[in-house]
Amino acid sequence: MTKTTRRQTLQLLTAGAFAGMAPGLLSTTTLAATPIRIAMVVKALGIGFFDACRDGGLEAAKELGDCELIYTGPTKTTAEEQIAVIDALIAQKVDAIAISANDNTALVPVCKKALERGIKVISFDSGVAPEGRIMNLDPSNAQLIGQKCVQMMAKTLNNEGEVAILSATSQATNQNTWIEFMKTEWAKPEYAKMTLVSTVYGDDVADKSYRETEGLIKAFPNLKGIIAPTSVGIVAAAKAVVDLGLVGKVYVSGLGLPSEMKGAVDAGATETFAIWNPIDLGYSATMIAGRLVRGEATGQAGTTVNAGRMGDIAIGENNNAAMADPFTFDKSNIEQFAKIF
Amino acid sequence: MKQPARYDVADRAPRTLSDFLLRWETILVAMLVLVVIGNTAISPYFLDIYNLSDATFNFSEKAIIALGMALLILVRDIDLSVAAIIALASLAMGLAADAGAGTPLLILIGLSVGAVCGAFNGFLVARIGLPSIVVTIGTMSLFRGIAQVVLGDQAITKYPAAFQTLGQGYLVRWPPIPYSFALFLLLAVIFAFVLHRTTLGRKFYAMGNNPVAAQFSGIQVDKIRFWLFVLTGTLAGVAAVLLTARIGSTRPNIALGWELEVITAVILGGVSIAGGSGTIPGVVLAVFILGLATFGLSLINVPGIVISVLLGLLLIASIAVPIVVRRLMKKKPA
Repeated sequence: MTKTTRRQTLQLLTAGAFAGMAPGLLSTTTLAATPIRIAMVVKALGIGFFDACRDGGLEAAKELGDCELIYTGPTKTTAEEQIAVIDALIAQKVDAIAISANDNTALVPVCKKALERGIKVISFDSGVAPEGRIMNLDPSNAQLIGQKCVQMMAKTLNNEGEVAILSATSQATNQNTWIEFMKTEWAKPEYAKMTLVSTVYGDDVADKSYRETEGLIKAFPNLKGIIAPTSVGIVAAAKAVVDLGLVGKVYVSGLGLPSEMKGAVDAGATETFAIWNPIDLGYSATMIAGRLVRGEATGQAGTTVNAGRMGDIAIGENNNAAMADPFTFDKSNIEQFAKIF
Repeated sequence: MKQPARYDVADRAPRTLSDFLLRWETILVAMLVLVVIGNTAISPYFLDIYNLSDATFNFSEKAIIALGMALLILVRDIDLSVAAIIALASLAMGLAADAGAGTPLLILIGLSVGAVCGAFNGFLVARIGLPSIVVTIGTMSLFRGIAQVVLGDQAITKYPAAFQTLGQGYLVRWPPIPYSFALFLLLAVIFAFVLHRTTLGRKFYAMGNNPVAAQFSGIQVDKIRFWLFVLTGTLAGVAAVLLTARIGSTRPNIALGWELEVITAVILGGVSIAGGSGTIPGVVLAVFILGLATFGLSLINVPGIVISVLLGLLLIASIAVPIVVRRLMKKKPA
């Protein structure tokens, strides 16, 4: 009895070994012929910002050559739905996954599983914790954002005049870091005639931001510019400038969404503002994923990765990388981007 | 006018071939076979034991709640707050984990919060006499609202590793059976036994067919309804434990929209929304049909929005087709 069982076990094992080898043989022969498949997993489908990322991704896939982009994501922005999507991608044995995470911790187990099975996982836009991905691509970083805000205002005002900052809350980590970097940039000699007169906080509430702007204009009659590094504040400030009939006298700049800022640009209250460009972001993420699959980059700290037309991107601590400085929007391109996000 | 079949009490199981073929479970088995064949045809990755095992992670938690929901709908009640109970139970576990609670305590807390939420629903429905749909629409906002107020846009992510194993680990390595799936199968067997082989199960059917008559037959209708809410709440607590352990994170939007997916499985499983009919094997089959159809479609990267549309059509078609067929067959003899 025991003998037969053992023999059966042996037979089973040999059969299993052959069965296990067969797919392996198959995949090695087909590997050269099949294009690489990169999946872009977004927070949820049907969001203009991510559809723009997809367009950039398709552009990158074409440029990489022999590359298929799978654009997918859940219907709701929950971690569990995103996990189901990634499970399906792992099952299909895609070559790379670029993900904008709904939850940086919850996705770690499933991303680890993908990594264990040889899939190159990177995150973009909204990161996964370091243990769940090879590298993370941020659209920009605090220093670049701070510099950009000052540079845009300086260009509009020709480096001259009183400027104030309208921020979110006084404890907002993001805004405070950006303001610190703005001040560093501001210290440069070319901005000597452009003075920072005050920093006020609108708490990212439209109504309060509007009143703070009115207050600034009353307190500083010679005010020429307002920098609002918050998408709520910039809209409110521009509206206040329009309502008070100060278009052409006071300019508003900062970070905002094209769809919300179109009115302000059309009215002339804002000449330029910035935010990351989703097309470039999707393009870079796909490009980087492709480079990792082809072994042309490692994604490790201290190295760089070539992201096509976006140039070489340096990878820093925790394998984090910043794509570029924020993208500038003005009259020439607001129409196009207002439709996207 | 003759009343619909719901009120006919047969003294033996149906014997004719057409009765057997038109039994809901038979149709579901056929659908399941179709789903498996279809998926195998469209994707080479479908019939892979590891992939299928991974797929079970994504529906086992909902399936566990569906068992309780089936009984509730069977007795003419419904609980729309199950997903919100998950959010609240997960929040409680998150706060406890932050305070340093160990795995057994976390499980206990998850189950208790589920049971208490269920008891709250049950109290309002069975004792105060409010309609269950109204009560649970209210508690759906209430329970999730509490989680939203406490968490804001934050997440709780510090769970012990042993706890996370519950949601990510396997009971058996080969074939790979996750804990959650094994628990679902075990509970399904218990539920099927109680519903189809005990007097308590007969009482559920009696209540669903005619609650007033059931009351006058000496069945403690309100007591049973109360405990069914507690049971469903507790199962939502079980799902909360498994889901929280699986993703290791508590967010206010956790399990958002699950109540409808659970109810879809129950209805597709043949439990009449009017109460009084339905079986556990039917619900189990429906769970597999929905879970595998979703997995198969996502293997060929059909967008989630389109999958929802297809599953909606499947639900409507599966309910409409047998009714239409029955009507056609009834007309013939006349």
